[in-house]
Parts: sequence; structure tokens; C-alpha cells
Amino acid sequence: MSYQASSQVRMITLNDLDKRMAGGKDTTYVINFWATWCSPCVAELPNFEKLRVENAKKPVKVILISLDFKSKLQKEVIPFIKTNKIKAEVFLLNEPDQQQYIERIDKKWTGAIPATLFVNHKNRRFYEKEFTYPELKETLLNFK
Amino acid sequence: MKKLFLIGLMLISYAAFSQTEGYKIGDVVKDFSLKNINNKNLSLADFKDAKGFIIVFTCNTCPVAKAYQERVAELNVDYASKGYPVIAINPNDAEAVPDESFEKMQALAKEKNFLFPYLLDPDHIVTKQFGASRTPHVFVLNKTDKGNIVEYIGAIDNDPEVENAGRTNYVKNAISDLSAGKKPVIASTKAIGCGIKWKKG
Repeated sequence: MSYQASSQVRMITLNDLDKRMAGGKDTTYVINFWATWCSPCVAELPNFEKLRVENAKKPVKVILISLDFKSKLQKEVIPFIKTNKIKAEVFLLNEPDQQQYIERIDKKWTGAIPATLFVNHKNRRFYEKEFTYPELKETLLNFK
Repeated sequence: MKKLFLIGLMLISYAAFSQTEGYKIGDVVKDFSLKNINNKNLSLADFKDAKGFIIVFTCNTCPVAKAYQERVAELNVDYASKGYPVIAINPNDAEAVPDESFEKMQALAKEKNFLFPYLLDPDHIVTKQFGASRTPHVFVLNKTDKGNIVEYIGAIDNDPEVENAGRTNYVKNAISDLSAGKKPVIASTKAIGCGIKWKKG
């Protein structure tokens, strides 16, 4: 499987995501859950772009996972990513059962977005909140 | 600086928490009076013969709420006659999102031929009492001598895109349990939905 960055948006299951992270060695993944219809999510996306650019030389990987409907992939998600010139890796979550995937991503998650998961091989922290850029930077800095 | 940041974080998490506070399973619901799309105010007490209610926080614009519109209408058709009518409440602020206005609610109800009330909660008072955090967000109430008791909180089913062959219809199951004199086996569920558009300032 190749994962090079492009304006392509692929579907991803949680199993694929877990495999991806398991192969990441010392990489810290910052995984943002969003949707094109979620205005606070859209508002904070530039902060994740900035985090990605500023950490480009570090073992930090920003991944945006869209919770848009799968039927909206071609018509809404891909055009949105192009229009907004988002260069981070973007996936659309391909899981049929919300109840199951919400619990699996984090037991405390109510399902509200935006939500962001920080994860590396030692640690996992989940935030059901919006991030300003300074908060995002500080959270990454304190995440060991 | 770091301390300030921590205080900031605590404030943010408190704000998020205060929005999700609200009724828990087993709580008695305080009756309300909200304006319906026919310009008349409506209260739970107006439904003399109801055995309970399916309260659905929903709105005009959220794609998830829209995907569930037909299923909400079906719930009303299936259960209003059995004593559990649907009451839809729009929790969103029309100043924050103009398409959530009362007039747009009326237009949507007319277009989709809503056979259930669609109420406006202009100051989020009822929304906050319930602790609704998103649309759609459902509360199933059971009428008892003590009042209307919250018996189920969460999603309509686990299948927003109608693609899951093994769909679990949480609201239907909760009502069928209640009708049989039992507590719902699944009393709360989680779902992705659109956050409520709160009044600014």
C-alpha cells in the first residue's frame, strides 16, 4: 500500500489505520476527525496544516480522517480538499457501525467532532474539542 | 505561560462539559412550552393520551439530520398511534446559521410533509435542559405517575447511511421494551452528528 500525499482521498478502515500506526516506529500521529459539513472542524483545519508544515522534518504525521458520508467522497470531500489546498493526508473513514468505531477510537468520545487523537507507540490521548494553533503545538510538545 | 495554558485548557474542557450536562437515564423531564411551526406553543402536557415521547433534536441543515428525516417521520407514523409521538426540536440559533430560521423550519416541514411538531428553542433553554449536543440527538421518554422519565438517549440507529445490513434500531427497540413494561436493553448510544450552533456572545 502506498500513502504518498496528494489530493487523492482514500477510504480507510480502523484496521488499516492501526496497521499504519504500528509500522510507524517513533512517529507521533496527530489524527483529526472532521467532516466537510462541520463548521468548527473546517475552521481548525488550517491549524493542522500549519502543524504539519512546521513539523515536516520531525517524526510527526498529521492525518485528517473525514467522517463525511461515503457517497460524498467524489462530490464533496475531494473538491473540498482541492479548493482548500490541503496537503496533509486525508482519508474517509470506511466503517459501517458508528457505535462500534466511536468506542474503538476512544471510550470517552461522545461522537462530537472535531476530535483529535495523538498517538505513538507508547501513548494515546484523545481530545473531543477544537484546537487553536498554540494549543495544538503545546499538546504535541507535551505528548511523549 | 504553561500554567496559563493549563487554566485555558481547563476552561475549555469545562465549557465543553457544561454543554453536555443534562438529563441522565431515569431523570424526570421538566415540561416546556415552545413555539411550533403552526405558531402555537406546545407542551408535553398537551398530549393527554401519550404513553411517552420520542424527542428528536434535529435541524434544517445538518447532513446527518437530513439523512434521518425520513426515518424520524417513520418513527412518528409507527409510534404516535401507539402512544409515543415524535416531537422534533430545532436547537440551532438562526443568527448563527440563517438557514435554521423559523421560516425555513416551516418551509422544510411543508416540503417534507412533517406530521409531527417541529419546535423552535430560540434560547437553547430546553436544549440545555436535555443536554442535547448534536443533531440528530434522541431522547425517549416514558410517562409515569412521577412524570416523563428519560429512558433512552442517543442515536436512532447505528446506520446513518443505510448500508449496514445488521442495523440495530435503537429507538424502536427502546420503545418496544418500554411497551412491554421493561427498561430498554440499550439505554444510551453514541453517534456522529452536527454540533449545535449556539447563540454567539
